[in-house]
Amino acid sequence: MYVSPIREPLIRGEKNYSQVTKDILAPMAGKPSIYWYLGISLALIALVFGAWATYQTVYYGIGTWGLNKTVGWGWGITNFVWWVGIGHAGTFISAILLLFRQKWRTSINRSAEAMTLIAIACAGFFPLIHMGRLLLGFFIFPYPNTRALWVNFNSPLLWDVFAISTYFAVSLIFWYVGLIPDLGTVRDKAKTKIRKAIYGFLSFGWTGSAKHWSRHETVSLVLAGLAAPLVLSVHTIVSFDFATSVIPGWHTTIFPPYFVSGAVFSGFAMVLTLLIVARKALNLEEYITVNHIESMNKIIILTGSIVGIAYITEFFMAWYSGVEYEQFTFMNRAFGPYAWAYWIMMTCNVVTPQLFWFKKIRTSLTATFIISIFVNIGMWFERFVIVVTSLHRDFLPSSWSMYSPSLVEVGLYVGTIGLFFTLFLLFIRVFPVIAIAEVKSVLKSSGDHQKTAHHE
Amino acid sequence: MAGFAMVAIGLLALVYGWIAGLEANRIYANLHLNSFYFVSLGLIGLFFVAVHAIAESGWQVSMQRVGEAMSMFIPVGGIIMLIVFLSGGMHHLFEWTHKDHLDHILIKKVPYLNQPFFYIRFFVFFAGWGLLAWLIRKTSRQLDMNGDIQYFHRLRKYSAFYVVFLAITSVVSSWDWLMSIDAHWFSTLYGWYVFSSMLVTGFSVIVIFVFVLQRMGYMKHVNEEHIHDMGKYMFGLSIFWAYLWFSQYLLIWYANIPEETIYFYERLNHFDTVFFFNLVVNFVIPFLLLMPRNAKRVYSVVIPVAVLIFIGHWVDLYQLIMPGAVGHEAAGIGFLEIGLTIGFLGLFMLVTFWGLSKAPLVPKNHPFYEESLHYHTNY
Repeated sequence: MYVSPIREPLIRGEKNYSQVTKDILAPMAGKPSIYWYLGISLALIALVFGAWATYQTVYYGIGTWGLNKTVGWGWGITNFVWWVGIGHAGTFISAILLLFRQKWRTSINRSAEAMTLIAIACAGFFPLIHMGRLLLGFFIFPYPNTRALWVNFNSPLLWDVFAISTYFAVSLIFWYVGLIPDLGTVRDKAKTKIRKAIYGFLSFGWTGSAKHWSRHETVSLVLAGLAAPLVLSVHTIVSFDFATSVIPGWHTTIFPPYFVSGAVFSGFAMVLTLLIVARKALNLEEYITVNHIESMNKIIILTGSIVGIAYITEFFMAWYSGVEYEQFTFMNRAFGPYAWAYWIMMTCNVVTPQLFWFKKIRTSLTATFIISIFVNIGMWFERFVIVVTSLHRDFLPSSWSMYSPSLVEVGLYVGTIGLFFTLFLLFIRVFPVIAIAEVKSVLKSSGDHQKTAHHE
Repeated sequence: MAGFAMVAIGLLALVYGWIAGLEANRIYANLHLNSFYFVSLGLIGLFFVAVHAIAESGWQVSMQRVGEAMSMFIPVGGIIMLIVFLSGGMHHLFEWTHKDHLDHILIKKVPYLNQPFFYIRFFVFFAGWGLLAWLIRKTSRQLDMNGDIQYFHRLRKYSAFYVVFLAITSVVSSWDWLMSIDAHWFSTLYGWYVFSSMLVTGFSVIVIFVFVLQRMGYMKHVNEEHIHDMGKYMFGLSIFWAYLWFSQYLLIWYANIPEETIYFYERLNHFDTVFFFNLVVNFVIPFLLLMPRNAKRVYSVVIPVAVLIFIGHWVDLYQLIMPGAVGHEAAGIGFLEIGLTIGFLGLFMLVTFWGLSKAPLVPKNHPFYEESLHYHTNY
C-alpha cells in the first residue's frame, strides 16, 4: 500500500522484524525493575484499603456509606460510570479505529484493551457492592426459579447487566484473539520449558501458517464489526440509568451520545496517563511515538468538544424549555452548594482540552500528561455532578440534604484504583504490551527506516 | 438542460400551489423545507472535504471536488431562505412570531425567539459558512495549481475552523429553523439528530454525483474501493441516525412527560405513514441492503440505496416540519411538494455542475492524491 511521504513514520529508529520482537518482548524478560515493585506495592496497599472497605460494607451494610434518604446514589454509581467510561478507549481504538484504517492504533491497542477489561472489572464491582448483600448478586440474572421471581425487564439497570456483560465478553475475546499470534511468538522465544508449555497452551498451538492467519484475520474483522456498536451501546445504556427517569438534570435526550463521547474522552485520557509513563519505563518510545500521543490528543479535543457542546446545550435547553425544575437544577449545579464540583468539571473537561489546539502543547509529553490527569479528574466530577446535584435538592425542599462520602466509600474507590494498577502491572509482565504482529504489518509502509530507504 | 427543465417544473409547482389556492402555510413550509434540505447538502459537501482534511485521510481526495462544488449552493440556498422568511414566511412558519398572542411559556422564550436576534443568527450562520466555503475552495484550488505544502496546511486550518463552526451552528440553526416550529417543545438531542440526517444524505448525494460524472465519462480514477468506503459511510451513518432517533424517542416515551410526548403523539396519530416510512427507508433498507461487503462495492446497490436515502431524509425533514407548520388537515404530498423538490434539485444540480466546471475534477497536486489512487479496502 502506498503511503504519502509527508506522513510521519509510525515506528522510529532502524528496525527490522526481529528487532521489533526483541524490543517488545524485552519488558517481559528478566527480573522486574525496582519501579515495578514500587508501583505494585503502592497498588497493593490501595487494594488492601479497598478490601477493608468491602469487608465493612458487607459486614455492616450500606449504612457505613454516606448516603441518605435523598441522595441514594453517591460515589458508588459515580465510580461505576467513571470506570465503565474509561473502558471505552480500548474498544474504540481496536474496533472503530480498525474500521477507519487508522494504522497508528497498532502500537496502543493491546494495552488499551487490557485497560478496558480491567476497567470493566473495576466498574462491575460497584453495582455488586451497592446491593449490600454480595451473595445475592446472582439475582440480577433472569432465570426461572421456584419463587417465580423475575427481574424487572423494564429497568435500565437490568439492561446494564446485559450491556456490560456482553461488552466484557466481546472485549475479552477480541483482545485474546489479537494476542494469539503474539503468544506464539512469546512461546518461540521462551527460554524455560515451563514457560514454553504455558505460552504454547495459551497460543492454542499457533503455527503462523497461512491458514491460521486467514482465519485470525477473519475473526478479528468480525469481532471488530461486533465491537463497534458496543462502543456506543454500553454507555448509551448507562446513560439510560439516568435519562429514563423524570429527575431534572437526568431526564434529557442528549444523554446517550453525550455519555458515549464522554466515555471515549475519559478512556483516552487514561490511556495517555498510563502510556506516557509506560513507554518511558519499558523503553518503547520508538513504538509509541510523539506522533501517537498527538493523534490521541486530537481525539481528546474532538470528544472533549462534543462533551462541551453537550454541557452548554443542556444548560441552554433547561432555560429554553421553560420548565422551572430544570432551570433550578442547572442553576443549583452552577451556583449551589456543589458549585465547586461543577466548576472543576467545566474547567477540566471543557477548558483544558482546548489547549490541544496548539501543536506545541499536544506534542509536549509533560503538557499532555498533566492535561490527561485533568481530564481523568474532570470526568469523575462530571458523574459526581450528575448524580449528586440532581438528587440532593429534589422537588420537596423539606427533604433537601447534602452528601459526603464516608471513609468506607473512599476506601472502595481507592481499592478499585489499586486493583486497576495491580492488574495492569501484572499484565505488562505476562503479555506483550504492544501487538507485535500488528506493528510488523505496518513496519514496511510506515517504519522510519523503511520510509527513508524507500525514498532515497 | 435537464437542470433548467427541473427548475421550470419547480416554478410551475409553485404557481400551481398559488392558483389552486393551497394554504399559504403549506407553500411556505415546502419552500422552507427544500431550502433547508439543499443548503444542508451544501454544508455536508464542504464538511466532507473539511473533516477528511483534518483527519489527514487520503482516500477521499479523488472525489473531494464534488464536495467542494456542492458547497457552492450554500449562498444560493441562503438567499432563497431569506426571501422565504422576509416575504411573510416567518409569520406562517413560526408561531412565536405572533407577538401579541404568546402564551405564558412562549413569553419566557422571547429573549431567544425574537425576530431581530433570529435574523442576526441567520446572518452569522451564512456569513461563516459562505466565507469558510470560499476559503476552503480557494485554498484547495491553489494547492492544485502549484502543490506547495503550505496550502495543504492552510487547507487544514480552514477546515478545522469550519468543522468547529459547523458543529455549533448546525445545532443552533436546527433549533432556529426546525425545532422552533413546534415552539413549546424541546429536546437536547435535536440538533445532533438533524445533523446526522444531513450527514448521511450529503454523503449519499456525493456518491450519486460521482456516479453521474462517471456515466458522463469523467472521474475515471474513482474505482470500487472508493465506492466501498462511501458505502460504508452510508451504512454506518444510517445506523447512527437510527441510533439517535431511537435515543430521542425511547427517552421521551419512557419518561412519558406530556410536554414532550405531544410531539410524537401528533406524528404517530396524524402522520403515521410518514413516521414509519421514515424508519423503514432510512434505517431498515440501508441496513439490510448494505450489510454484505460486496453490496457496498457495486453501483447497482449503492446508487439505489443512495437515492432512497435522499428521498427518505426528505421525508424525515417533512415529518419534522409539517406537523408544526402546516398541521395534519392541510398537509399532504402532492404536485406542489414533488414539483417544488424537483425544482430545487434542478437548481442544486445546476449550481453544483457549474461549480464542478470551474475546477479540474482531479486534484493532482494534493499530497495524498497518490494514496487515493493506490489503496485497497480489505474489509
